[in-house]
Amino acid sequence: MNPRRSLFSILGRIEGLPVVGVLLLLYAAFIVTAPTVFTHPLIYMSFLQTVPPWLVLGLGLTLVITAGEIDLSFPAIVALSGFIFAYVFKHVPGPWAPWLGIILALAAGALVGWVNGLLVAKVGVPSIMATLAAQFFWYGITILIANGLQLDIAAVEKTAAHQLLTGRIFGVIPAQAVWAAGLAVLLWFILNRHTFGEAIMFIGDNANVARVMGIDVEATKIRLFTLMGIIAAFGGLLLTIEINVFFPNQGQGFLLWTMAAVFIGGTLISGGRGSIVGTFFGAYIIGSLQAGVVATGVTSYWVQSVMGVIIIAAVVINVLIGDGRIGPASARIRKWILPARTPSVADGKMDDAEGN
Amino acid sequence: MTKKRSDPPNKVRVPEAGRSEARRGTVSPPNALEMIHVEKYFGLVCALKDINLTVGKNEIVGLIGDNGAGKSTMVKILTGVFPPTSGELNIAGQKVNLGAYNVKRAHALGLETVYQDKSLGEKQPLWRNFFIGREICYPLGFINVRKEKEIANEIMVKTIGFRGVGITVDSNVTKLSGGERQGVAIGRAMHFEAELIILDEPTVALSLKEVRKVLNFVHKIKSAGKACIYISHNLADVYEISDRFVIMDRGKIVADKPKREISLKALDDFMLEYAHGRMDEVSL
Repeated sequence: MNPRRSLFSILGRIEGLPVVGVLLLLYAAFIVTAPTVFTHPLIYMSFLQTVPPWLVLGLGLTLVITAGEIDLSFPAIVALSGFIFAYVFKHVPGPWAPWLGIILALAAGALVGWVNGLLVAKVGVPSIMATLAAQFFWYGITILIANGLQLDIAAVEKTAAHQLLTGRIFGVIPAQAVWAAGLAVLLWFILNRHTFGEAIMFIGDNANVARVMGIDVEATKIRLFTLMGIIAAFGGLLLTIEINVFFPNQGQGFLLWTMAAVFIGGTLISGGRGSIVGTFFGAYIIGSLQAGVVATGVTSYWVQSVMGVIIIAAVVINVLIGDGRIGPASARIRKWILPARTPSVADGKMDDAEGN
Repeated sequence: MTKKRSDPPNKVRVPEAGRSEARRGTVSPPNALEMIHVEKYFGLVCALKDINLTVGKNEIVGLIGDNGAGKSTMVKILTGVFPPTSGELNIAGQKVNLGAYNVKRAHALGLETVYQDKSLGEKQPLWRNFFIGREICYPLGFINVRKEKEIANEIMVKTIGFRGVGITVDSNVTKLSGGERQGVAIGRAMHFEAELIILDEPTVALSLKEVRKVLNFVHKIKSAGKACIYISHNLADVYEISDRFVIMDRGKIVADKPKREISLKALDDFMLEYAHGRMDEVSL
C-alpha cells in the first residue's frame, strides 16, 4: 500500500484544495440557512468589493511568513498610503494628481518596507519586534501629519484612476477583485516558479542551508519586506479609493483577519512553505463569515466564535495533510473495514526508515 | 540494493583513472587544493595557525581533530563563508582572490561542501534542492521546472543510484533517511562537476547502515576522479576511505601521513594520546 497513491494524499497535493472545500461548504451552509441572501448574486458582488483590500495584504504576508518572518506593520502602511493618496489628490491640481498620489503612496510603502527589511536583515532585529515598532511608529506619523482628521475625497469617483482600480467592470464586477486575483497569479508564479520565491522558501526552511548554497539571505529579506510594503500600500489604495475617504485609523483590525486568512490557507507558521491559492480562498472565507452569519438570522455575536472554529478546523486539516498523516489515517480506516491481508514487503523504503 | 548496483561502475572506472594519470606522465595535474600559510584570527584569538595543506587531484584526505581543533574554521574559509586573516588559497591550480571569494565563487571553481545537517532544505522537494542557488532559468529569473526535474531525475538514477526505493524528484527531503540525504548532497556536488568535495562530519547521528551508504558515496567520488576532504570524528570511517590523514589540534596541523605509513590502530592510539595531552611521549 503506497501512501503516495492514496486518494487523500493526491488531493492533498493540489494546492489549496481543502480551503476551497471549506469555502464551498460554507457557502452551501449559508445557502441552506439564508437562502434569500445567498441565492442572490448581490452578496457575492459585495464580497468581491470588500475582501480584496486585505486579500492583497494576505498575499504579501504569505510570502513573508513563508520566509519564516512576520510583518505586523502593514496596517499602518494601509493608513499611510491612504493618507498620501488623499492628500496629494486634494492638494495637487491637475488631472494627473491621482496618478501622482498612487505612485507616491506605493513609494512610501516601499520605503517603510525597506526600513523594516534593513532592521531585520542588517541589524538583526527579530521581525516581530521590528515591525511591531514600525506599526506604532507609522500609525503615529500618519495621525500626526493628518492632524488626526479624515479626508473626504469624493471627487476621486470621477477620475480614471478610480475606474481603473475600483471601478465596476461591465457595471458589475468590482475591479479590485480582478486586481487581487491578478496579483495572486503573479505572486504564485513568483513564489513557486521564480528564483526569488525559491530563495524565500529555502530561507524560511533553514537560513543556514540557503546561505551555504549561495543565496544572499540578507538581500532577499530586504527585497521581501520592501515588496510587502509596496503590496500593503496597494491594499491601502484599493481601500481608500473604494470608500472615497481616508480616515487615520484605517487598516486597524486588518492584522488578525489577514493572518487568519494566511493560516487557514495552509501556509506554515514555521516557514518554508506557503500557499498563495490557500490565502486567496482563506481571505474569502474570513470575509464571507460576517455577512453570512448575520444573514442566517442568529445574532452577530456568533461571528467570532464561528470564525475561531473554522480557523482551527482548516489548520488541523492542513496539519494532517502536510504531515502526510491523512494517507496513513485513510489506510488505517481501510484496515478496519477490509479483511486483514498479509503485510506488503514491496515497499523498500520501509526498512530504510527503520534503519534510521 | 543501491549499493550492489553501484559497485560495477566503481570497479570499471578505477583502472581508467589510473591510466589517465599515467598518460599525463611528467606534467602533473594541478592539485585540487593548496592552502599556503593560512591563518585566521578572531580578534586576538588565533583559530588557525600557519596551515599548509595540499590535496592532490583524485586524493581523499581524512581531516581529523577534536572539537575546537579548527576544522570548521578551515571549512568556512575554504567555502568562502569568511576570508582568512592571511595566507594564500589555490583551487585547481588557480590562485583565489580572497577579497572577492564567496560561496558562489567556490562553486564556480569546483569546490562543493556537504554538511552534517545544512546541505538540504528539508521541507522542499528534491528537485529544488538539486538546483538551489544554481537554477535553470527562463529569462527574468523564472525557473524551468521541467528541465530541472528531468536532470534531477537523471542525477538520482545515474549518479546516486536511487532506484525502486519509492523516492522521486518530487519527494520531500523529510522522506529520506540520513544516509540518503547525504547521498543527494554528494550527488548534487558531483553533478555540478566539483573537483573537490568537502564532507563536513557527514555521518554524525547516522546509524551504521546509513554510514555505510555515505561511505559508498565517497568511494564514488574517488572512482569519478575527484578529490575529497573527509572530516570526521570516527577514525574507522576515515581510515577506510582516506588516502592520507591530516590531524589538527588547536589550530595547527600536527601530523600528515599517507595511509600506507600508519595502521588504524596506530592512528587511534595517536589520537587518544593526543587527547590526553601527552604529545611529547607519542610520535607517528
